[in-house]
Amino acid sequence: MIPQEISDVLKATFGDAVLESRIDGVLDPFVKVAPGPVKDVALFLRDNEQMLFDVLMCLSGVDYTGGRLGVVYHLHSMKRNHKLVVKTEVTVDDPHVASVESVWKTANWHEREAFDLYGIVFDGHPDLRRILMPYDWQGHPLRKDYKVPEFYNGMKVPY
Amino acid sequence: MGLLDQKFENSNIIITSMDSLLNWARLSSIWGMQFGLACCAIEMMATGASHYDLDRFGTFFRGTPRQSDVMIVAGTVTLKMASRVKVLYDQMSEPRYVISMGSCSNCGGPYWEHGYHVLKGVDRIIPVDVYVPGCPPRPEALMEGLLKLQEKIRTESLAKKKSA
Repeated sequence: MIPQEISDVLKATFGDAVLESRIDGVLDPFVKVAPGPVKDVALFLRDNEQMLFDVLMCLSGVDYTGGRLGVVYHLHSMKRNHKLVVKTEVTVDDPHVASVESVWKTANWHEREAFDLYGIVFDGHPDLRRILMPYDWQGHPLRKDYKVPEFYNGMKVPY
Repeated sequence: MGLLDQKFENSNIIITSMDSLLNWARLSSIWGMQFGLACCAIEMMATGASHYDLDRFGTFFRGTPRQSDVMIVAGTVTLKMASRVKVLYDQMSEPRYVISMGSCSNCGGPYWEHGYHVLKGVDRIIPVDVYVPGCPPRPEALMEGLLKLQEKIRTESLAKKKSA
C-alpha cells in the first residue's frame, strides 16, 4: 500500500485521533496521532490484514523546543513491504504516552531509553526505569534545557 | 633462567641487593587485569595477541583483580562504571599499578566538552602510574607504556613505602 492509502485508512478508522499526515515533501511520510490512543492505533497497524506492520524499527524521543516532547515510531511491514512513521506530541508538564510494549516487544528497551533521556512516561510499561544513565541520576540529559551537574557521587563531572 | 645462566662462567653465585632482586622479579612478571571498557580494549587484545606479543614481557591477563599487579584501564570510564572501577581497584593487593590507556581514560578524550556521562579521566578516582596517549594507542605505544612501568618499578625501594 502506498503511504497515502495507509493514511486514508487510518483517518477513516480513527477519525480525530489522527491529527495530521504529511506524505509529500518529506523523506519519510508520517502520520501524527494524539498521545492517548497510540496503543489502539498500534494494535490496528499490527493486526489489520492490509497493514501488517509487524516490525517496530525504532522508537525515539524528541524534544521540540518550547516545552513540547514527542515520540516517533518507525514501522515496517515485512509481509506487505511498506513503511510508516507515526508521531505523537506531549507537553513537558504532562508527558504521558500509552506504551506499545504489549504490541511490539522491542519497545520495552526503546521506551526505557526515551524515559531515561527525555522523561517521557509510558503508561502500561511493565518495567519503566533508567537504562543508560546510572540509577540515581537526576534529570533527563537529552532535553534541550538540560544543565550538566557539577558533581555526581563525589566525582566532578565537567572538564 | 634462559639469559642469566650464560653470563657467569666461573661461579654460579650472583650477589645483588634485595631491592634489585625484588624489583626485577616484580617487573618481569606483571600480571595484568583485563579491564577493557571500550575501543581501546580491542587494541589491548591486539597487543596481547601474537603479532605484538605481550607474553614475552611476562604479562598475561587475569580475570580477577585479586591476582593481578596492574590494571590497564582501556576505554571510556562512564560515571556509571566509575564506582565499579573504584571497587575493583580496592580489591587489588599491593604492589599495584594502574596504566591509563587511551585518551578517554587519560582526560575524558573526545567526550571532554559535551560528555555529561563520562568521567573526565580515570585519575579522578584512582591513582595512575603511566598514561598512554592515543585514540586508540598503537600496540607499540601500549608496549612502551608497559616498559615505562617496568622502569618505574625498577627504581622502587623497600625502604621507601610506595605512596598509594
